[in-house]
Amino acid sequence: MKRKLRDLPPALLMLVPSLGLLTVWVIYPLIKAIDYGHKKCDISSRNCRDVGWDRYFSVFQSTQFQDSLIVSLKFTLMTVPIGLVLGIGLAVLADKHLKGIGIFRTIFSSTVATSVAVASLVWFVLLQPSRGILADMLSDWFPVLKNPGLLNDSGTALPAVALSSIWASLGFTFIIIMAGLQSVPRDLYESAFVDGAGSFRRFTNVTLPMLTPSILFVSVVLTTRALQSYGEIDLLTQGGPQATKATTNIPYLIYGNNSVIHNDIGTKSAAAVLLFLLCLAFAALQFRGFGKRVHYGN
Amino acid sequence: MAYGAHVARVRLEHVSKQFGEGDEQVTAVDDISLDIEDHEFMILLGPSGCGKSTLLRMVAGLEDPTAGDVFIGDHRVNDQLPKLRDIAMVFQSYALYPHKTVRANIEFPLKVRGVPKAQRAAEALHAADVLGLTDYMKRKPGQLSGGQRQRVALARAIVRKPAVFLMDEPLSNLDAKLRGDTRTELVDLHRRLDSTFIYVTHDQVEAMTMGSRVAVMNAGRIEQVGTPQEVYDRPASAFVAQFIGTPPMNLLPVGVLGTDDVQVGIRPEHLVLSTGGPLSGTVSMVEHLGHEVLLHAESGAGRLVARVDPASVIPAVGQAVQFDAAPQHLHRFDATSGVRVS
Repeated sequence: MKRKLRDLPPALLMLVPSLGLLTVWVIYPLIKAIDYGHKKCDISSRNCRDVGWDRYFSVFQSTQFQDSLIVSLKFTLMTVPIGLVLGIGLAVLADKHLKGIGIFRTIFSSTVATSVAVASLVWFVLLQPSRGILADMLSDWFPVLKNPGLLNDSGTALPAVALSSIWASLGFTFIIIMAGLQSVPRDLYESAFVDGAGSFRRFTNVTLPMLTPSILFVSVVLTTRALQSYGEIDLLTQGGPQATKATTNIPYLIYGNNSVIHNDIGTKSAAAVLLFLLCLAFAALQFRGFGKRVHYGN
Repeated sequence: MAYGAHVARVRLEHVSKQFGEGDEQVTAVDDISLDIEDHEFMILLGPSGCGKSTLLRMVAGLEDPTAGDVFIGDHRVNDQLPKLRDIAMVFQSYALYPHKTVRANIEFPLKVRGVPKAQRAAEALHAADVLGLTDYMKRKPGQLSGGQRQRVALARAIVRKPAVFLMDEPLSNLDAKLRGDTRTELVDLHRRLDSTFIYVTHDQVEAMTMGSRVAVMNAGRIEQVGTPQEVYDRPASAFVAQFIGTPPMNLLPVGVLGTDDVQVGIRPEHLVLSTGGPLSGTVSMVEHLGHEVLLHAESGAGRLVARVDPASVIPAVGQAVQFDAAPQHLHRFDATSGVRVS
């Protein structure tokens, strides 16, 4: 105990840089947001008065929040599983000793260096109803591409944004899973092969279990990213089509220019805190859900 | 439940394996023919990179021979998948599935073959019993010691009752004490299973103590095949003479105790202190090992090592000594090819 106390000052000293950054960028804003969450302020965010902690319940129960919560959940359900499956699939395909495989690995991982803005612009151009290449090529089979356009139709706007998001995240998933695959000992595959396991069984009995740490990591990051998606929605649909608000997720409800709570810092802060709790709950669920299935080697 | 119901002979005929292409081509195995009998415990012994593991992997079906044929029983198996070859392999790293329990690891080869659950459990239990693992069935490999993991790998190999066991340096990750114990157990296991074992090692002690026969390999070729005693007593080449035996055989420079085209070798135990003997030198080091003393001497014929009885008078460091050896203990090798001449 004495020794622990003696070690405390140097330990704290060494923690100062990271604690400092964490305080400035995370802890202070979080406390501030929690504080704003139970206040009503004027448009300049000054002259606030306390409206009580019930505000969190009323925000949670409001139609706008509930609607955007559903959009956020739908968006997460669309992007995370598909992104994971595609990322694992591509990584398994690229984990071969073939000539020229490096070119494919570079292509598959390239989106990691693509910003949300660029990715959204690419998809905005591709999905343009009048000049977009997808509309030109496929509108005979999918008329919605031309009229009114995927991003303008209430039914297809969210999947279209999800498509852009999946594509943009694919490079990240690919790189992490690829790194995970390369750390799987070759002996395990060879042993399973000698024992008579075919490629599917080797995948389910060796590859997938050995990838669980990478899959858990990617799935937590992708879920948090999906719940916090703002850039692609702002750039592609501005939370619209406006009549249905089909793509107004929680972040867009908080930050978006078209949002009904745009000028209300108190409500926005309460929604932001609820979003934080949602991310936390999802991460905790994933850690618990994967739990014993995650194997960190021997 | 008896193991080894179907034993098999393994034949390699003019087998070669090359890796890479063009200028980067490397020959790992160079035209090897070897006949391994039913029930035999055959050791492939050689230094790192001599091609012994590649040879084993070709028998397993993990590598395709560039040339030559591999037979298991009467069947040419070059084009057969490993699962059809009736073999089981134990890897140096054990290759246990870290996410599966000991039971699931042992059952895996049976599960893959669609053996019913109850039968699987019974056979896994029997295999675990043979290797003393029944208390650890619910543990994961990460909760076991190196020796226990090694046994799980063995249990997983024997559970399928294969005709041939292939082992790639299975003891090299164990500490010296455990390695000694496991050697004895493997010999016992071979006797009980009564199957063909092909065992790769670079450790000559393993080769000498376990093998029915030893194939000594060097640079992709087999230098000699014989019982451990034959290989020790009549090494077929200067390489084998130096590789087998601790300390290795003294190889004298060409011309010393022989003619101009012959190199003479003498085992340390056959080099005796003898006043007026033909090999003279000065003692440079004395190693007391308890049951024996190793005497190192610098001579005109290079460094000589002699194994001396600790009860005899041991010369001190710096003392001038002479050695002699009985004619029947002189090994003669061709000076250019290294092949034994008598």
